[in-house]
Amino acid sequence: MADMAYWEAIRRAHDEELAHDRMVIAMGEDIGVAGGTYKATSGLYQKYGAERIIDTPISENSYTGIGIGASMAGVRPIIEIMSINFALLALDTLINAAAKIRYMSGGRASCPIVMRTPGGTAHQLAAQHSARLARMFMSTPGLRVVTPRGPLDAYGMLKSAVRCNDPVIIIEHESMYNMRGEVPDEESFRPLEGAEIVRAGTDVTLIGYNYSVHLCLAAADKLASMGLSAEVLDLRALRPIDRDTIRRSVEKTHKVVIAEEDEAAVGVGAEIISVIIEECFFALDAQPVRVHAADVPVPYNRLLEKAAIPNADDVLAAALKVLGRV
Amino acid sequence: MKADDQKRLLREMIFYRRFEERSFEAYMERKIGGFLHLYSGQEAVATGVLEMARCGHDYVITGYRDHVHALKAGAPPREVMAELYGKVTGSSRGRGGSMHIFDPSVNFMGGYALVGQPFPLAAGLALAAKHKGTDQIAICFLGDGANNQGTFHETLNMASLWKLPVLFVCENNLYAIGTRIDRSSAVIDQYKRVGAYNIPSSQHDGQDIDVVMAAARTAIDHVRGGSGPYFIEFMTYRQRGHSMSDSNAYRSKEEERQWAERDPIKIYGDRLKKARILTDKDIADLEKSVLDEIENEVVRFAEESPEPRVEDLNKYCLDDQPNPQWIGPLVQGDQHG
Ligand SMILES: Cc1ncc(C[n+]2csc(CCOP(=O)(O)OP(=O)(O)O)c2C)c(N)n1
Ligand SMILES: [Mg+2]
Repeated sequence: MADMAYWEAIRRAHDEELAHDRMVIAMGEDIGVAGGTYKATSGLYQKYGAERIIDTPISENSYTGIGIGASMAGVRPIIEIMSINFALLALDTLINAAAKIRYMSGGRASCPIVMRTPGGTAHQLAAQHSARLARMFMSTPGLRVVTPRGPLDAYGMLKSAVRCNDPVIIIEHESMYNMRGEVPDEESFRPLEGAEIVRAGTDVTLIGYNYSVHLCLAAADKLASMGLSAEVLDLRALRPIDRDTIRRSVEKTHKVVIAEEDEAAVGVGAEIISVIIEECFFALDAQPVRVHAADVPVPYNRLLEKAAIPNADDVLAAALKVLGRV
Repeated sequence: MKADDQKRLLREMIFYRRFEERSFEAYMERKIGGFLHLYSGQEAVATGVLEMARCGHDYVITGYRDHVHALKAGAPPREVMAELYGKVTGSSRGRGGSMHIFDPSVNFMGGYALVGQPFPLAAGLALAAKHKGTDQIAICFLGDGANNQGTFHETLNMASLWKLPVLFVCENNLYAIGTRIDRSSAVIDQYKRVGAYNIPSSQHDGQDIDVVMAAARTAIDHVRGGSGPYFIEFMTYRQRGHSMSDSNAYRSKEEERQWAERDPIKIYGDRLKKARILTDKDIADLEKSVLDEIENEVVRFAEESPEPRVEDLNKYCLDDQPNPQWIGPLVQGDQHG
């Protein structure tokens, strides 16, 4: 086991996949000579060269399209978009092309691309650098969407994404690149499907993904100190959603909180509650509660930003509410 | 060019025209649905350019007016017609329709409905060819209107920067649906718009297949030779409306008449007659054999083919046989942090 940062885990996955298959390339803004905005590709330009670690101009829609075209002809591009906010410029090639090409060709063509991009708020980056947008990608058939919560999944899911034959969106987080965790020394893979019970419990299920899993874990600690047992479920994949694991947990605890950093409307929590109602409505003992961002563009001011974004105390308060403790 | 090849080329163009006109009829009989964009009048461009390419080897990609590009690239006509009919035997198994013909078995990488989207996809195909070290090139056919998209500028910049083996063919038929080029482009000659990206470009008559082939030869040699992209503009005209429900109110009958005189099939047929390669009777025979083939082999196949099974609705959304090592299931309790 090695203890490493989230960014190091991503870098290692790149390195191993680049070494394993010459058809793997990486492309994005500042990923090569500059080493990557989050260091996730540092040193790879020196090791694999400009032909495989491609510094792109600021043309998100078209360099994504170039990656997609290359993937139709056997190349496996890992496309980095500097911020999920900028991924909005690439939606045409991503959603109108990559997500649909396999289907509209009757299975005769495919686009095995990986798009990595961080969402989420960091330190006062303001409205145009703080969007999460996971909900937008998770509603698109033809894509896989995954949200690694730590170095192990950041490493193992990227490796699986590169080998998988579908377009995979990996949503990282601006504030998680320095988060540390254990990753096995030997090469390994983590599946692109399946929610994970990160902490077993009996009184309430706290559901999160990516950054919000950590809010759930912190809330679970506080609940434990109050003698309450919370189960923490990491969705891991937002598309497809693992309905079975969600159902089993709710059938065990009968109470649910869903924590998302995104706004609530038409969002991850809304979808998960629908899944729960469809799968196991009668297992619920209380109304599910969503913890989510305020319904505003993210503000710059430190106090306002903090107020707009959910934290562990918000998850705790929601848990106490569904547990009838307030 | 040998006389046999010249005869073959004329027959191909007649075949493509008849293919399009026959799909028009099938649309009127409601056997074809959706949008249907016909290529009648522009045949010399795709036929001439791809005659100079290595079809089956080079990548070809285009917009929604894609039947003829697919056919010349090597897609079987009966499968293309079956796709228009939405049949499971179609090029895209009935999932794509007229605008989304795919035949990767001959490296025809699809027709796309988003105007301008094929620009980067084509550059990506070229990047793959370069990466694999093959001598393949990618050929991207698009209309004049597509040049107003950001993808045009973004892709030309990257294709030039990275010296990608891609040929951009602009089929300038003067209109983007009902908007004439002088009302949408600040620069009328499209090949001049490319100058900013350090890519050689030229403009030619698109109605004379000999002119098209000569120009395409130069462009393809440039691209295959490793000198990077090339942009070639052909002046042409679609004889029919943009799609099926177009009254053509935006253009004059006089303009249509003038361009009808410059019909590519007529120009080439007259040339072959003048050179005594073909007689009027030969051409009439060609037309008859094309009619027979389209009726008896192409349309009949489409009509008699089965529909896709409704049970297969969800097929082809993702890889239908994924490797469980990458996908799951996840073993609970396997986590480390
Ligand atoms: C992104 C996008 N915008 C608008 C349309 C609607 N549309 C379809 S074809 C077309 C005109 C395109 O003209 P041109 O590129 O010259 O091709 P032509 O039809 O003349 O062959 C338009 C506006 C579209 N399909 N995609
Ligand atoms: Mg046009």
